[in-house]
Amino acid sequence: MTGKGHKRGIRELLLSSDGALSVMVVLLGFLCGTILILCVGRNPLGLYKAVIQVLTGWSIKLGRWDIRYVGEWLAQSMPFILCGLSMAFAARTGLFNIGGEGQYVVGITVAQVFAILGPQVPVLHWVLALTLAILAGAVWGGIVGWLKARFEVSEVVATIMLNYIALYGSRILIMRIPGTNTYKTPDFPKTALLGSDFLSQLTNGSLLNLGMIFVIISVVAYWFIIEKTRMGFGLRATGFNKEAARCSGIPVMRSVVLSMAIAGAFAGLAGGIVSLGSFKYGRVLASNDGYGFTGIAVALVGNNTAVGTLLAGLLFGMLSSAQGLMQSNGIPKEITFIIQGLVVIFIAIRTGFRMFFKYTMKAKNGGEVARND
Amino acid sequence: MINILGKVPTILMLVSPILITATGGMICERSGVVNIALEGLMIFGAFAAATAHFFLEPVIGPNSVWIALLVGACFGMLFSLIHAFAAISLNADQTVSGTGINLLANGVTIFLAQILFKQDRTKQFMLGMMPGPGGIYPTAYIALAVIAVVWFVLYKRPYGLRLRSCGENPQAAASVGINVTSIRYVAVLASGFLAGLAGSCLVLTTNTQFNSTTVNGHGFIALAVVSFGRWKPLGIAGASLLFGTALAFSIIASDVTILRQFPTEMFNIMPYAITLLTLVIFSGKNYAPLAAGKPYEKGAS
Repeated sequence: MTGKGHKRGIRELLLSSDGALSVMVVLLGFLCGTILILCVGRNPLGLYKAVIQVLTGWSIKLGRWDIRYVGEWLAQSMPFILCGLSMAFAARTGLFNIGGEGQYVVGITVAQVFAILGPQVPVLHWVLALTLAILAGAVWGGIVGWLKARFEVSEVVATIMLNYIALYGSRILIMRIPGTNTYKTPDFPKTALLGSDFLSQLTNGSLLNLGMIFVIISVVAYWFIIEKTRMGFGLRATGFNKEAARCSGIPVMRSVVLSMAIAGAFAGLAGGIVSLGSFKYGRVLASNDGYGFTGIAVALVGNNTAVGTLLAGLLFGMLSSAQGLMQSNGIPKEITFIIQGLVVIFIAIRTGFRMFFKYTMKAKNGGEVARND
Repeated sequence: MINILGKVPTILMLVSPILITATGGMICERSGVVNIALEGLMIFGAFAAATAHFFLEPVIGPNSVWIALLVGACFGMLFSLIHAFAAISLNADQTVSGTGINLLANGVTIFLAQILFKQDRTKQFMLGMMPGPGGIYPTAYIALAVIAVVWFVLYKRPYGLRLRSCGENPQAAASVGINVTSIRYVAVLASGFLAGLAGSCLVLTTNTQFNSTTVNGHGFIALAVVSFGRWKPLGIAGASLLFGTALAFSIIASDVTILRQFPTEMFNIMPYAITLLTLVIFSGKNYAPLAAGKPYEKGAS
């Protein structure tokens, strides 16, 4: 941190604050997206109209207000936030969890199986289904942590392998459920669904469901574990410097397993919420939903903090739920993937941005270099 | 047993793209840059090849597949430039920038398809690549040539020795006058070229159009092949054959009575499970290039 009281304006802010840099990166992503739309001869206003409609419910085209869009936006954001937390939690411990997708799929699978075969007791049914989804995700993530701690298997390679094992394993398992065809299971019993009449009526019939409560709890729990507990301190210390943590008596092996398990639990919960909240039947997954992968981007934009990840998750959820509107406004909906990809690449090269800012400031201030944190 | 021999062309058709991509991945990692963008680069290549072939086929006939291959490879190389610039020049986190390219790939290709063809996939071309004698696609020979040439360059030419030294100890390499930056750029671009080529082979032999599921994890299989083959040409060739065969079995299984009782997904899982298992069994001994994934900063020790 510089903190010397010099006022150097926006560049200073971008050098010292990760949050400001994230905002800049997102704006840059939108800028590039806008330019791309212009290049292919479409009207970029269609993009922003869709964004405004999702954020406020106000349709500029029709001049009408419908809060359902806001509800869908929040519902759509839930898996992004949770998968972002999953990635972020692992990242805080110095691990790169590309396995959010697999942990999410395992969560979906377990939740679906329990929803169909479990006892149909009101409330208890979906509570148990979600709990099992969380546990399944935790086990799937924990395996990676264990392989890493015990056998020094790179978590990047291990998670990618486990993603596909989860996907195909899920297909095998779900297709065994009686009455399942090649793409869907029989309908879930009512007791397994997360839908809430209150939330749905509040948002004019959107898919917003009780999962929202769990998302809020997760964000708070993430913040609490990381910032306020002894365990969180141990995990963060492991992330900063493994050797130093080991020397100060922190059980590094256990930290790695634990952190991957907790990371997996967040993604597993995301799977449970999507399967029981957004669908009325179980899906035989043909390909990945992609929430786990996008979760990486969410965590990167959110700088692995609780609030940052929440905001980034809302941003990505917004992009995702605006896709249909963009398509009807004449903008190919894939522009959202392009913006997401660009944002991640910009984040990857942020050291480059910082070098550039430092260089320009150095030129301006006659050789004095701002110190980076 | 009799009809296994008849399935050889199918197996080779599936092995070739994996082998070509994995070879690219190997070059890249041996030079010290981890490339998890292989999947994305294959997607770029497949899209470009399908598009080029669609537009050129009516003009120059079936031979346009060769131009399509080249276009696909160059498209892959173009996007690998992003990874090279981020990872080498800006010392970016290589996993992050690779993830970015993977995310970008699905977006850019389908976006362009929507602009060019007004649908979320490319239009169908009439004829893909035609199989040669014995029903074997020319891509098998391309794959063989690629791995042979790469083996020769990596192990028999001074440039290969320099490239490998950059992956093991870039500081030491730099101290004897090797330009680490330039070698790593060449390696990343080569891997982009090969991944693009592999994507083109894939779409031209197994499909008649490009859509969002054309590549479907082949790049990640290639990544597994690189680890499983222990970063060596022969190992990679063997691993590709094994994984490609496993994939082929998911298609072939329905023809063979004994295999029909297993879910086809079992064969899909095999490459990934085998890789994970071998990584565990051979843990402790680290075969990966020592400096892979670490940015090289001039003057840093």
